[in-house]
Amino acid sequence: MTTATTSIIGDLAVETDGLVKTFGATRAVDGVNLAIPRGSVYGVLGPNGAGKTTTIRILATLLRPDGGSARVLGRDVVREAAAVRKLVSLTGQFASVDTDLTAEENLLLLGYLLGFSRRAARRRADELLAAFGLAGAARDQAARLSGGMRRKLDLAASIVVAPDLLFLDEPTTGLDPRSRSALWETVRGIVADGTTVLLTTQYLDEADKLADRIAVIDHGRVIAAGTRGELKASAGSVGIRIRLLDPAHRDRARDLIAGPQVVVGDEPDPAVISARVPAQQRPEAAGQLAAHALGLLAGAGIGVSDFALAQPSLDEVFLALTGQTAPEPPEQPEPPEPPEQPQSASAGAEAAR
Amino acid sequence: MTTVSRQQRPVPAGPAAASLAFAWRSLLKIKHVPEQLGDVIGIPVLFTLLFTYLFGGALAGSTHGYLQFLLPGTLALAVVFVTVYSGVTLNADLATGAFDRFRSMPVWRPAPIIGALIGDIGRYLLAAAIVIGLGLAMGYRPGGGAAGVLAATALVVLFASALSWAWITLGLLLRSPNAVMSIGFVILFPLTFMSNIFVDPATMPGWLRGISDVNPVSHLVTATRALLAGTATTAQVLWPVAAAAALIALFAPLAALLYRRK
Repeated sequence: MTTATTSIIGDLAVETDGLVKTFGATRAVDGVNLAIPRGSVYGVLGPNGAGKTTTIRILATLLRPDGGSARVLGRDVVREAAAVRKLVSLTGQFASVDTDLTAEENLLLLGYLLGFSRRAARRRADELLAAFGLAGAARDQAARLSGGMRRKLDLAASIVVAPDLLFLDEPTTGLDPRSRSALWETVRGIVADGTTVLLTTQYLDEADKLADRIAVIDHGRVIAAGTRGELKASAGSVGIRIRLLDPAHRDRARDLIAGPQVVVGDEPDPAVISARVPAQQRPEAAGQLAAHALGLLAGAGIGVSDFALAQPSLDEVFLALTGQTAPEPPEQPEPPEPPEQPQSASAGAEAAR
Repeated sequence: MTTVSRQQRPVPAGPAAASLAFAWRSLLKIKHVPEQLGDVIGIPVLFTLLFTYLFGGALAGSTHGYLQFLLPGTLALAVVFVTVYSGVTLNADLATGAFDRFRSMPVWRPAPIIGALIGDIGRYLLAAAIVIGLGLAMGYRPGGGAAGVLAATALVVLFASALSWAWITLGLLLRSPNAVMSIGFVILFPLTFMSNIFVDPATMPGWLRGISDVNPVSHLVTATRALLAGTATTAQVLWPVAAAAALIALFAPLAALLYRRK
C-alpha cells in the first residue's frame, strides 16, 4: 500500500507538519511530520521519552503545539479544536476511566455527555459491557478491576460513540501476554468497524502484529516511517538459511555462495548455512539471493533439504535506527493477574437477584 | 470479537446537561468513597463543639449565652473552611486520565468544573445542616425560625460557592493537591479569624478592627446572625451578596482562562 502523502488531504486521518512542543529546555516534540491514512492502524514506535505521548496529546487537543501545524481528519487541532473533539477519542497511557466509579457508571456518564438519552445510554452501556466481556464486573469499581479488564473498559469507553480516529497511548503496557493478545483482538474489531487507530507503543511485537504502517520516533523526531516491510528492508539485512542433505558438503557450499555482496556463515546445526545481504537492500533481495544460491548449489550437485527466507526483525530495525535495543514485552504474568472474570461478592449478588 | 454496532452519532450534551452529568459523577464518587465526606462532617462538628465550650465561659460568662452569638459565625466558618476542598479535588482530578478523556470530548469545556461545583454545593449544605442541627441540640434558638434558618443557609452557601472559584483558580495554578490545601489554609485562617465570628470587633485593637470591618466574612456573619435572628435589613444581606458577586467576577474568568491554557 503506497499512499501519496500530500495530494489527497481528504484521505488523511492525521497530517502534521513540523510539530514542536517544548517543556522548558526540553524539546519533547521536535519537528514531527506524520501522514496517517484513514482506515488502518498506524503505529508510533519509540522508546520512553521519545515524544509519543506529547504528540498524541497535541493531536487530541489537550496540548497546544509551540510550532508547526497538525490537522486531524482535515481539521486544525488549534483553530478547529471543537470540531476535532467530535471525531476523536482518547485512551491515555494510564486508566482513562474514573477509577472511583463502576464500569457501568463510567459508560453511562460518557453516554450522557455524548448526548444519549438515559435509555439509550443504558442500552449502549449494556451492549458494550457484554461485547467486551465485562458484564460480570459491571457493578465493580473500576479501581478493583484487573489491569486487562480495566484496559478493556478503557477501550469500551472510547467507543461509546465510535470515533473516526481513536488514539491509543501504550495500550498494553503492564499487561500480561494473554491480556495483550485479547486487547489486540479488540482493537482489530474496532478497526474493522471503520475507526482509524493511532497507536503508540514501545513494544516492537505490538507494532508488528497490529500496525499496518509504522513511524519510528526518537528524541522528538520521526526517524523512519513506512510499512513494516519497507522499514525492515530499509534498515535490516535480508538473508536465507539453507539446510543441506549432507553436512559434509557445508564447506564447499559456503565457498560457492560467498561473494562481495553476500556474507555467509555457519549455524549451530552442522547441516545449515546462512547467507545475508547487508543492510540498505531492496525487499526482493532475499528472493534473488535464494535463487542465486540454490542455483549454484544445484549446479555443483549439492542436495538441499529445505531453505527459508529471513526478513530482519523490527528489533534489528529499531536498533539500526535508534542505536538502542527495544524493551522486551512482558514474558510472564507476574505477579499473577486476578482471573479475567472475577465474580466478586457484589457482582455475584447482582447476578443472583 | 463481538463487533459492536457502529452508532449514529448523537448531538453531544449541551452545557447544562453536561454539567449535570458531571454533578452526577460527584455524587457517585461520594457514594463509592464516602470517607471523602470526613472533612465536611468533621470540621462543622469540631468547630461547633470546640469553640462553644472552649471560649463560652471566658468570653460570654456561659456556653449557652456564647452559643447564641457564636453559632451563626460557626455556620459561616465551617462552610467557608470546607470550600478549599473544591480546589484540592479539582487539582487531583486534573491529573487523572479520566479528566484527559473528558477534555478531549465534544462537551462544553467548563462543564467538569461546574459539575463538580454543583456537587460541592451539596457538601456545603450538608456542612450547614450539621452545624445548625448540632446548635439546636446544644440549645441554640434562632429568632427568625425556619425561614431565617433557610435564608441564612442559602446566603452562606452562596458565598461559599463564590469563594470556591478562588480555590478552583488555585487548583488550576498549583502543582499538587497538597500545595492547594496548604496555601488555602494559610489564606483561610486570617480570612475567617480576623472577623467578627468569635468576638465583638469593638474589643480589638484599631488596626485589627479595621481589617475585620472590611473583611467580607464579617459582612457574611453579620447578615447570617441577622437572618437567623429574624432582624436582617436589606443592606446587611446585600453586602455579602455583593462580595460573592465580586469573587465570581474576579475568579471565574481567571479560572476559565487558566483552564483553557492547560
